[in-house]
Amino acid sequence: MATLVAAPPYTSTATESANTGLWSWLTTVDHKRIGVLYLITALVFFVIGGLEAFLIRAQLAVPNGQVLSADMYNQLFTMHGTTMVFLAIMPLSAAFFNFLIPLQIGARDVAFPRLNAFSYWVYLLGGIFITVPIFFSVAPDGGWFGYAPLSTKQFSPQINMDFWVLGLQILGISSLAAAFNFITTIINMRAPGMHLMRMPIFTWMSFVVQFLVALAFPVITIALVFLQFDRFFGTNFYAIGAGADPLLWQHLFWVFGHPEVYILILPAFGLVSEVLPTFSRKPLFGYPVMVYSGILIGFLGFGVWAHHMFSVGMGPIADAVFSLTTMLIAIPTGVKIFNWLATMWDGQLRFTVAMKFGVALVGMFTIGGISGVMHSSPPADLQQTDTYFIVAHFHYVLFGGSMFGLFAGLYYYFPKITGRFMSESLGNWHFWLSLIGMNLTFFPMHFSGLLGMPRRTYQYDAGQGIEVFNMLSTIGTLVLMLGTLFGLINLWKSWKSGERASSNPWGAPTIEWTIPSPPPEHNFDELPKITSRYPLWDLKGTVIAKETTYAEEAGRVQLSAKQLGIPMPNPSIMPLITAAGVIFMFSGMLFTDSNMKLAVGIMIAGAVWWIAGLYNWLLTPLEDAH
Amino acid sequence: MTATTLPAAGDAAHGHGHHYTTLGLDNRKIAIWTFIGSECMLFASLISTYLVYKGRSIKGPFPHEPWTDPVSGKAFPAILDIPVTSASTFVLLMSSFAMVLALAAVQNKNLPKVTLGEKILGSSKLWLWMTCLMGTAFLGFQAFEFTAFIREGLSIRTNLFGSSFFTLTGFHGAHVAVGVCWLFSLLAIDYKRGLQPSDATNVDIAALYWHFVDVIWIVIFTLVYLIK
Repeated sequence: MATLVAAPPYTSTATESANTGLWSWLTTVDHKRIGVLYLITALVFFVIGGLEAFLIRAQLAVPNGQVLSADMYNQLFTMHGTTMVFLAIMPLSAAFFNFLIPLQIGARDVAFPRLNAFSYWVYLLGGIFITVPIFFSVAPDGGWFGYAPLSTKQFSPQINMDFWVLGLQILGISSLAAAFNFITTIINMRAPGMHLMRMPIFTWMSFVVQFLVALAFPVITIALVFLQFDRFFGTNFYAIGAGADPLLWQHLFWVFGHPEVYILILPAFGLVSEVLPTFSRKPLFGYPVMVYSGILIGFLGFGVWAHHMFSVGMGPIADAVFSLTTMLIAIPTGVKIFNWLATMWDGQLRFTVAMKFGVALVGMFTIGGISGVMHSSPPADLQQTDTYFIVAHFHYVLFGGSMFGLFAGLYYYFPKITGRFMSESLGNWHFWLSLIGMNLTFFPMHFSGLLGMPRRTYQYDAGQGIEVFNMLSTIGTLVLMLGTLFGLINLWKSWKSGERASSNPWGAPTIEWTIPSPPPEHNFDELPKITSRYPLWDLKGTVIAKETTYAEEAGRVQLSAKQLGIPMPNPSIMPLITAAGVIFMFSGMLFTDSNMKLAVGIMIAGAVWWIAGLYNWLLTPLEDAH
Repeated sequence: MTATTLPAAGDAAHGHGHHYTTLGLDNRKIAIWTFIGSECMLFASLISTYLVYKGRSIKGPFPHEPWTDPVSGKAFPAILDIPVTSASTFVLLMSSFAMVLALAAVQNKNLPKVTLGEKILGSSKLWLWMTCLMGTAFLGFQAFEFTAFIREGLSIRTNLFGSSFFTLTGFHGAHVAVGVCWLFSLLAIDYKRGLQPSDATNVDIAALYWHFVDVIWIVIFTLVYLIK
C-alpha cells in the first residue's frame, strides 16, 4: 500500500481555461461552479414551489374559495410537492455536496468532474421539463406520490401524468449519477490522514445520503417503468381488472419514499452539525455517536416504509412491525437532538443568522419529529392520516428542518463561496419572518387536521370550526413569502457588495477554512495532511491556524494550478450535449398516444444524440497529457 | 492479481493511474461497484414484482402449466421452454469465462508469448470477440424466445405473467445489449491502437459489469424458469 499512497510530483502542461463568460459556465466541470449553479437553480425552483403553495393557501383562505378551479388546484398541490422535494430541497443539498465535499476532504475536485456537470444539466433540463406544463394548465395532477392505479391511463387519461412519470425518470438519472460520483469521491479522494472518523460531519451525512440515493432511486425507477409501460404500452402492472395488486405501487413508492425523507433531512443535519460547534466554540458533542446515528437513521430508513400505508389494511402483524421500526428510528434522531444541545451547553454562543437558523432547526425539527412519533402508532395514524395534521408534521420536518438547516448552511458558507458576508441585518429579517411565518402557517394545521380537515381537497364548508385555522395558515404564508423575499434580496445584495470575508471568518475548525475565500480553482495549493478531527482548533476551541484577510489574499501573488503543477480537468460541453440528448429522447415518449411514428423517431434521434455525446466524452481525456 | 489490477503509482505514462487516491485503487473501480450495488436494487424490484405476481394472472397462458381458454376453447401449452433457455444460460456463463481471459490477456499484454497456447491465451482480440459473440448469441436466443412466446399467444399485454416476465427478462436483455456494445467499443479500440496493460482498468470495469449481468441471469433463470 505504502508505495501506492506516495503521490509522484506533478508535471503538468495543463492549459489554463477562460474563467468568465457564458461559455465558461456551460462547459464548466469545476465542482465549486457547479455547486453555485445548483444553488441558484434550486432557489429559482424554491420560489416557484413557494408561489404554488401561496396559490393553494389563497384558495383555502376562506370556506368554498373560488380562486382556483379544482383541476388547477390538483395541478398546484402536485407540482408544489414535486417541485419542493425534487427540484428545491434535494438540489439545494446537492449545491452543498458539490461545493463542500471536495473542500472538506482536501481534494482537487470530485472523482468524475464531467459526470458531475452532467448531473447538473440533467437536473436543470429535467426540472424545466416537469415545470413548464403548469404554465399551460397541463401539469401533473395526481399528487407528488402519483398513486397507481389513480395515475394510470384509466383514471388519468390526459398527458398531465406523462410529464410527471418522465420528469421523475429524468431527475432520477441526475441523482443516481451524482450518488456514484460522491460515494467514489468520499471513499477515494480523501487527503492523507483524513480517516473516516476524522471526516467533517457534513461529509459524513452526505456519504450516508448518497448510499440512500443509490439504493432507493432504482426502486422508484422500476415503479415508474411499470407505470410508463402501463400508460404507453398497455401492460397490466397496476391493472386491477387483470389481477394486479392495488398496493404494488404504494410499496415500491414508499420503499423509495421513506429513504427519500432522510435524503432530504440528513444534509441539513450535517450542515447544522458544522454550524453549532463553530458558533459555540466547542467540538461537536459525541462525534462518533453522531456518525453512527446518521448511519443508523439511513439503515432503518429502509425498514419503515409501510407506516405510510397503515390505513390500507395490511393486517395487525405488518402494522405492528412497521410501527415498532418507526418508533425505533426516533432513537438515533433523538440522540442527534440531544448531542446538538450538549454541543451548545456551556459554549461561547454567538448568535449569528447562521446560528439562529441552526438553533431553530433543533427546535422546529423536534416538533415535527414528535408529531411523527405520534402517527407511528397505527390507531393514532388512522385518525390523522390524510388530514392536515400530516401536512403540519412534514412541513415542520421539511421547512423547519431541511430548509432551516440549508439556510443555516447558506449563511455559514456564503463567505467561503463568494468571499463576502451575507448581511446580518437583512438576515435577521429573513430569519425572524421565516420562523414566525412558518409557525403561523403550519402550527394551526395541527388543529384543522385533528378537527378532520382532509388533505388535497380544494374546498371546505363553513361551520366546521376550521375557518380560523385556515385563515391563520394563509396569513402565515404571506409572512413566509416576505421572509423569503428578504433572504433573496440579502443573497443578491451580498453577492454584489457584501463585506469582504477572510479565509476563516467564523473561526471554524475544518480544513475548507484554510484556503482563500473564494477558493482558487484548484482548491489546495498542496495536498493537505490531516492529523485530527478539528485541525484548525486546539483542545479549547481556539483557532490555531493562520487566517488570511481578503486584502492579504488580493495582495499576494496567487499561483495558478499550472504554476503549481496541479493537473486540472479540461472544460467540456459534452455533459450538457449528452444531457440534452437524454431529455430529448424522453420527450419523445410524450407522443406515443398521438403519433407513434413521431414518438419512435424522436426517441431514436435522442438516443443517437446522447450516445454520440457520450462516446465523444469518453474518448476525450479529462486532462491534457502530462 | 493485485499487482496487475492496481494501477501502480508512477509507471503509467498516461491515463489516470498516477493520481493520489485514498485507497490506492482507481476511482472507476469504486464507481462501478457502487453502480452495481444500485443495479441490485433495480433488479430486486423487478424480481420481487415478478414473484409477487406469480400465480395471480386471471387468465393464461401460464409459465409452467398448460391452459385452455374457456371462451375460445383454444389450448395453450406451458410457455417456458427450459431446454432452450438452459442452452442460452450456458452460453452466457461461458461468455464470463471468455471475459476473464480477455482481461488477463490485456493485463499480460507485455509478457513474452512463445508457445501456441500462450499466444491463444494472450490474444485479447480473440477473447473479446468470443465474449461479444456469446453475448450476441444470448440476445439471439432471447429474441427467438420472445417471438416464439408472442406467436404462441403471450405478449406483454396478455396478463400479469406476460407483463412481469417480458419486463424483467427484457430489462436483463437490455443490460446484456449495453454490455455487448461496451465490449465491441473496447474491441474497436483494440483494433485501432491495441489495448495495453494501462487500459486494464477500462477492461476490468466492463468485465465487472459483464459478470454482474451474468450473475443476475443465474438468479432470474432459477426463480423464473427452474422453480415451478
